[in-house]
Amino acid sequence: MAKTVDQYFDELQQTRVWRSIFRSGTGESTLKRALAIQQNVFLHLFSTKVRTRMLSFSATWYLGTLTLGTFLILVATGIPLMLYYHPSVPQAYADTKDLQFVVSSGLFLRNLHRWAAHAMVFLVFAHMFKVFYRGAYRPPREFNWVIGVVLLLITLLLSYTGYLLPWDQLAYWAITVGSNIASAVPLLGDKIHFLLLGGNAVNANALLRFYVLHCMILPLTAMFFVAIHFWRIRKDGGLYAHETEPATVRSRSGGDSAKEAK
Amino acid sequence: MTDEKKGPLGDDLNRREFFTKLGLGSLSIAAIGTAAFSYQYLEPNVLYEPSPVVNAGKPDRYPLDSVTLDVNNGIYIIHSQEGYFSVSAVCTHLGCLTAWKQELGIIACPCHGSKFEQNGKKIEGPAPKPLPWKRIWLNDDGDLMVDRSTDVPSLARDSFVRV
Repeated sequence: MAKTVDQYFDELQQTRVWRSIFRSGTGESTLKRALAIQQNVFLHLFSTKVRTRMLSFSATWYLGTLTLGTFLILVATGIPLMLYYHPSVPQAYADTKDLQFVVSSGLFLRNLHRWAAHAMVFLVFAHMFKVFYRGAYRPPREFNWVIGVVLLLITLLLSYTGYLLPWDQLAYWAITVGSNIASAVPLLGDKIHFLLLGGNAVNANALLRFYVLHCMILPLTAMFFVAIHFWRIRKDGGLYAHETEPATVRSRSGGDSAKEAK
Repeated sequence: MTDEKKGPLGDDLNRREFFTKLGLGSLSIAAIGTAAFSYQYLEPNVLYEPSPVVNAGKPDRYPLDSVTLDVNNGIYIIHSQEGYFSVSAVCTHLGCLTAWKQELGIIACPCHGSKFEQNGKKIEGPAPKPLPWKRIWLNDDGDLMVDRSTDVPSLARDSFVRV
């Protein structure tokens, strides 16, 4: 008798190797399903149980998840781009051109990185407006709003630092103008300008500093705050949803059945 | 209990508190040191930037009543009736490189539309200040030299070079 894919998967989950990796084991019970979330290092940040109304499209438009998606695309495309890019004055522009015209799939990776970056900025703002207009920033979620503002700033800084790396005229003058805006900070302005650029003008030091900020410091800082952001969702009682939100119960056999599930 | 004993340092300071404070104090000092160390590290001591002093070549390169932009060094060399003088080409608004518009007789910034006269005087914003004049002199070989790091008063007698 031929086995179905589900049966093969069930068998795989019973094996000793699988059980040694996933401690929670299998099973359809509520406890087992909760453990599968709670005992996973990545998933344990999230709630073990969610109300289905919180997962309805109208509650969030999935904007936060989509933002995370663009961030993951940016990490996945950014790391391979680093393999061909030298953050030095004589090479940076030529490497960017090489990525576009010489490296296999380089054009695809670079464009994906660029479009995902634009999308992320858009989605972060959309997410913020959605949270604001639904009032999801109110207690007990005030602190998560603050974390969100930090993440907005990090996103903008990531955009700004990435802008310089192609080292073309657009990048050069944009960073000249942007860093001069930083000089407008009272008292500390010139110091910030000097430290940001590692000199008095946009030059080799500035390129290297922006590269390190763009590829190491800012992404790591972003991940740190994203972790807190997600964990706080659980701690603050899950995603925000109105009582009136329609709840949909999904059965595992497929097919949605709309039910009142309060 | 020995914990309740009053130590030589005062009534409210027992041994445990003393060591806690000593430890926290040491950590604070170390943290301040680290912050100072990091700041010094991040501030470069040697800059491999181009010299602020620029050799602008022989004066006869610049015809009378001409405004010449040195793109690489961000300065204008202007030969006027009063003599040679140099004005910064870097816009005082946000640092863009301005351009000389021969047909209009003005210096204009492409970024945000600031306009200046050829002597650096501001015609319209958003630039907050006029373009500064730079120190200019003749070296021993008869070349015009400009020090971009030194501003001089505009239209002052000493701010011109006469050949």
